[in-house]
Amino acid sequence: MHAERKQLVIPGDLLGEGPYFAGENTFRDGTKIYAARIGLADIVGNRLIVVPIKGAYIPRIDDIVIGRITDIGMSGWQVDICAPYPAMLPASETPMQRGRDIGRRDLDHIYGVGELTLAQVIAFDRTRDPLLTTKGRGLGKVTSGRVARITPAKIPRIIGKMGSMITMLKKETNTDIIPGQNGVILVTGKNPDQERIAVEALYMIEREAHSSGLTDRVRAFILNEMKEKEIGQQQASSVA
Amino acid sequence: MDNNKPVRLLDDNGLRVDGRRFDELRPLKIEVGTLDKADGSAYVEHGRNKILAGVYGPREAHPKHIALADRAVIRCRYHMAPFSTDERKSPAPSRRELELSKVIREALEPAIMSEYFPRSTIDIFIEVLQADAGTRCAGITAAALALADAGIPMRELVAGCAAGKIDGKVVLDLSDVEDKQGEADLPVALMPKSNVVTLLQMDGSLTEDEFKQALDMSTDACRKIYEMQREALRQKYHVIKDEADKEEEVTA
Repeated sequence: MHAERKQLVIPGDLLGEGPYFAGENTFRDGTKIYAARIGLADIVGNRLIVVPIKGAYIPRIDDIVIGRITDIGMSGWQVDICAPYPAMLPASETPMQRGRDIGRRDLDHIYGVGELTLAQVIAFDRTRDPLLTTKGRGLGKVTSGRVARITPAKIPRIIGKMGSMITMLKKETNTDIIPGQNGVILVTGKNPDQERIAVEALYMIEREAHSSGLTDRVRAFILNEMKEKEIGQQQASSVA
Repeated sequence: MDNNKPVRLLDDNGLRVDGRRFDELRPLKIEVGTLDKADGSAYVEHGRNKILAGVYGPREAHPKHIALADRAVIRCRYHMAPFSTDERKSPAPSRRELELSKVIREALEPAIMSEYFPRSTIDIFIEVLQADAGTRCAGITAAALALADAGIPMRELVAGCAAGKIDGKVVLDLSDVEDKQGEADLPVALMPKSNVVTLLQMDGSLTEDEFKQALDMSTDACRKIYEMQREALRQKYHVIKDEADKEEEVTA
């Protein structure tokens, strides 16, 4: 391997030569493997890969995504999932009463244009647009909370190793956080302040995604914010 | 402009109007990620040229009929700002801008792995804020960086530079006066690692030997520019790399 692990690579940089496989975001030319995207070089087994820093969301089957309804069709909805392809949510893939004949009038009772939905990708193969489903635990219309939008490449950092980051976020802000693989994150809390702090923490993670000891710094940030909020409330109540 | 027309473009010492040697590039300044709203962007100052490039994509193809089944459509707009030239330039796209949009797109297409995103589009916008000859080459240099910054898969970067002929001598990287008063202009874009020329145009006349000399000069310059492009990309992302190193140490 020519490039070191975690080395910053630029499109066209030589990653390695010889008995390696060309993994994600790389390409092969003869026996040599090159980086195809800007990112950090890495090796998994004998597969050379580039971990991207930036980039568009490309749907994958089983991804959980948060999308916005853009159009209502005869038998389903069109959903913008922040990908180069518009997704389709067929009415048959929403949990509803069986046996009922559903027409367009009923469809916009379920989802109106502009509403958000938490859905799962069930089919996508680049020749056809992605297909979504809302059948499943926790899936369906987003009725409350706040959303944050970050680069899809940073979603793994939000989750952290074995979910360490997101568990901490949920615990410290006392909110529920659902990261969509498409870079849209849903935060639902008991009050708007908790949600605001959680969203700010998410943006902080995006900005400092590759720095060390981030989990601790984010925790300190949240605790500090929560404290300030409490002081503010105490002052407000003492004035009253 | 014609009143202060220099009689000679090369002095007795072989120096040019702006004091450069025959094989010297104009000073280059490159910045990556200048714009927040575009997916990728870059700003290049090549001599007195000031060029901003923005890239969007891959995104949904609109109108839908332009989409291709097997790869992304690449669209490119080269545009000169009304205040980029001595005389105000009409902001409407001219014949020249349309042509340059096409040749720049064709210069970048071989580097972009558009087959990864079928049925989508990648849009490249090149805005010339100040023009001083060689804008197409500087535009390509900027656009290639903006594409890489957008995280679009590429085989490698593309760099552009022109050579030409003034006062009977082949020189590198013509400036505005040299372009207008000179005898020939040869813009070249190169993918330096695979050694592929993706743009080659010529204005004026050169003998076969002169042409070879000019081509060698401009490809060498492209390689130099390519190194500066890499450096600029590193500049933007080096923080991330350093931090990742530290993280590695902590976890190790």
